[in-house]
Amino acid sequence: MSGHVFHPGHAELHGITVVVETGSKTYVGRYDSEDQRGVHMLDVGVHDVAEGSSKDEYLRKSVKFGIRSDHKHVLIPADQVTRIVRLSDLTP
Amino acid sequence: MPYNPALVAPMRAEMTKMGAKELTSVSEVDAVIGDQKGSMLVFVNSVCGCAAGNARPALALALKHSVVPQQVVTVFAGQDVEAAARARQYFGEYQPSSPSMALLRDGEVVHFVHRHQIEGRSPQAIAGELTAAFDRFFGATV
Repeated sequence: MSGHVFHPGHAELHGITVVVETGSKTYVGRYDSEDQRGVHMLDVGVHDVAEGSSKDEYLRKSVKFGIRSDHKHVLIPADQVTRIVRLSDLTP
Repeated sequence: MPYNPALVAPMRAEMTKMGAKELTSVSEVDAVIGDQKGSMLVFVNSVCGCAAGNARPALALALKHSVVPQQVVTVFAGQDVEAAARARQYFGEYQPSSPSMALLRDGEVVHFVHRHQIEGRSPQAIAGELTAAFDRFFGATV
């Protein structure tokens, strides 16, 4: 991650649209904060591999068309998070 | 809940100063975007200091380019809620985010700049991508 602080006084990624990957689900939305319970995200779309669709296609559409928000707020347990990247770092 | 109008007044003024027409009601949106001809940029304004705070000056810079949209209009997300929601209905499958910018040609979205393409970027970088889109979609050879 860069050292750029997007919202002074908050975590580096606060307000940034990110992709949070876990074992089976991928979350796309605005990073809000992280605490002992996990990562808090706002206006979140969720992809679940169990539903059979392609994660890459889901992310490609999110980059091109934006995020279809399914949840206003999501808390992802910290021990489930395998990767966090900025959506803008993904190529469509 | 909308912010205090006095707080957002400078954000509105920044848009109108660069020549954008403010659309604050559903009827205004329908009248301007509903039967849109030629080229247009719709700026979805936002109170987000860092994202919109870079997007507005980016658009002001881009509008100094040799190729620009014939019309620039703006709706304010979270403030003029119904007008913003109505404008988004004209954006087809592009999902809502704010700030964001839609480039329309004869009523069709030909290019869209999402919030995630604005976050953390300088006004100059955003303006560079906008002017490239102006050239591509609104240039004389289009």
